[in-house]
Amino acid sequence: MKKNFLHKILTASVILFAAISLSSCGSGGGSDKKSDSTSSASTSGDDNALIGAGSSFDNPLFSKMFYDYNTSNGLKVDYQSVGSGAGISQLTSRTVDFGASDAPMNGKQDSAVTSPVLHIPVTAGAVVLSYSLAGLKDTLKFTPSLLADIFLGNITKWNDPKIAAENKGVNLPATAITIAHRADGSGTSNIFTTYLSKVSEEWSKKVGKGSSVNWPVGLGGKGNDGVASLIKQTPGGIGYIELAYAVQNSMPYAKIQNKSGEFITPSIGSVTAAANITIPADSKVSLTNTEAKDGYPIAGFSWVLIYKEQKYNNRSADRAAKLLKLLSWMIHDGQKFSGALYYAPLSPAAVTTGDAILKTATYDGKPILQ
Amino acid sequence: MAETVQMEDQVKYQTVAPAKSLSYASRVKRSYRQIKVESAFKVALVSMGIFMVVLVFGIFLTLVIGSSQSIKTFGISFLWGKKWDAVNDVYGAWPFLAGTLLTSFLALFISIPFSIAVAIFLGEYFPKGWFSELLKNTIELIAAVPSVIYGLWGFLVLVPFVRTIEIKLGIQQQQGWGIFTASLILAVMIIPYAASLGRSVIQMVPSALKEAAYSLGATRWEVIKNVVIPYTKSGLFAGILLSLGRALGETMAVTMLIGNSNDIPKSIFATGNTMASAIALFFGEANDIRRSSLIELGLVLFVITMIINMLGKRVIKRFTN
Repeated sequence: MKKNFLHKILTASVILFAAISLSSCGSGGGSDKKSDSTSSASTSGDDNALIGAGSSFDNPLFSKMFYDYNTSNGLKVDYQSVGSGAGISQLTSRTVDFGASDAPMNGKQDSAVTSPVLHIPVTAGAVVLSYSLAGLKDTLKFTPSLLADIFLGNITKWNDPKIAAENKGVNLPATAITIAHRADGSGTSNIFTTYLSKVSEEWSKKVGKGSSVNWPVGLGGKGNDGVASLIKQTPGGIGYIELAYAVQNSMPYAKIQNKSGEFITPSIGSVTAAANITIPADSKVSLTNTEAKDGYPIAGFSWVLIYKEQKYNNRSADRAAKLLKLLSWMIHDGQKFSGALYYAPLSPAAVTTGDAILKTATYDGKPILQ
Repeated sequence: MAETVQMEDQVKYQTVAPAKSLSYASRVKRSYRQIKVESAFKVALVSMGIFMVVLVFGIFLTLVIGSSQSIKTFGISFLWGKKWDAVNDVYGAWPFLAGTLLTSFLALFISIPFSIAVAIFLGEYFPKGWFSELLKNTIELIAAVPSVIYGLWGFLVLVPFVRTIEIKLGIQQQQGWGIFTASLILAVMIIPYAASLGRSVIQMVPSALKEAAYSLGATRWEVIKNVVIPYTKSGLFAGILLSLGRALGETMAVTMLIGNSNDIPKSIFATGNTMASAIALFFGEANDIRRSSLIELGLVLFVITMIINMLGKRVIKRFTN
């Protein structure tokens, strides 16, 4: 009796053990195609609730948009703010209806998906340089090469002649410069390092670009708030944060010289201006170092990612149509929420491109939007 | 209508009556129920016990499977790979391994005088009295406070403090963040672990030994030095080892103070990062090989803490035998 009983429990535990390890196989790789069968349940459920995941930068705007859309259209959208990279992996494993990312999918991510993915620009954001220098009232100005030199560690004091040359009349102290950067992987870092790689050859050789790079100097903070508190807490601190965060916390931020030689104050207007350039048909363009004369140079689109062919995992045509309708609303009517939350509304050129891309989405080979 | 009421009454009567009259049968019935409860209780206990063991093995297996891609790509040299390079997808654990070991051992080094002193104070010197009670409760509170609160305190108080020290010492990086600051906060956090185990082993010293020493004219200091410490040496050591295990895995407070750079720390005042902190920071945006490498970092941390724990347990066992 006793043996029999123990035996039963042991069998049960072996099964449990196997189940745990099997399920870990499914999620552990985070990559390829085998997950089709395991994940279908979550997307083919309630057709009146869509699921999205990705960029945390988009989250405040999306929350507002989806709340409003739910009130007017009754469609519920559940958005998980897990980070751009995680959003792309979730789209790859087809556990969500759409992903959201601050960087377009790279070659490796592209090769991991089984069918083409559309990038639809939904909003644009700016990365600003914020600093803390006691007693400083003037707004600092930086040229691209100056920024690169500071973040490479070539300039270490605030009263360096190179900084003084661009900021005549500003009383710069002899304080050491302390750099604060994002320690966690982030689309904000991606925009900033992409910019530095474009304007400085030394940066592109030594450091490169990406959502997480090896910074030559400086302190790492977690999230915008982590970087912001590092800047505030350190005399002579400088770091990069999102425009919205800097404005909401009334932190000072610098004017940056753009490609045309103008010093531009980051604002919603100058970011929208930065996006008013020729946008390629697939919309995968970086707005950094923009050609636009009045555009702020450290800015970038954020994209919603969906599969071009919407028929997969037993998804209904109705669900696909609802998703496309939502996205179309987001790039048109939804844009009215941008300003109040310090996101830059899409430029006319970006909306036109977005419309064209949405029209290419199909269900079972037939276009969804007319 | 009346008939059915009568029937019901009859049924009631029938079921109640035999139970009353046949006390023997009811006793049998009850003991049968007792057996059932007993075996159900046993099933619950054993299955929960087995579940815990299975869970830990499952976690280990998950780490191994999750890190298989990284193990295949980088092999064993992952452990001493000098670069964590997310741009080129080349990952080595050494910067974080070094940061983890450096902060943990430095913290241990700083905490030892305090934890031993507290253990002796509470175990031998003043085991009773309001101050000992207060000290004991305070030490317990240190263990109970969430680590993010230590991180906050360190951020607001320790960092500026360390910065002034750095400026006075004329050290190159005068930021206040780094390995040293993280070690200070870790030292505070691990004191209770070594102290409470130390206290209980010191209380286990046979009073005959101490009384013999006193009767020979030894002072309290001499008794502690010549009797208590030699007797409890391995137990104190085990407590320190176990607190090391705690220091290795601490995440939040370290992340907030260490400066989070991916470089191998060049001095104790330099910035760096630990394995636990790196995993917490990078996991959100990681996929593919980077994700797998982070899981392997977790595996390394798991194995290191397991070894430290087993060592501590073994030392305690030797002590109690």
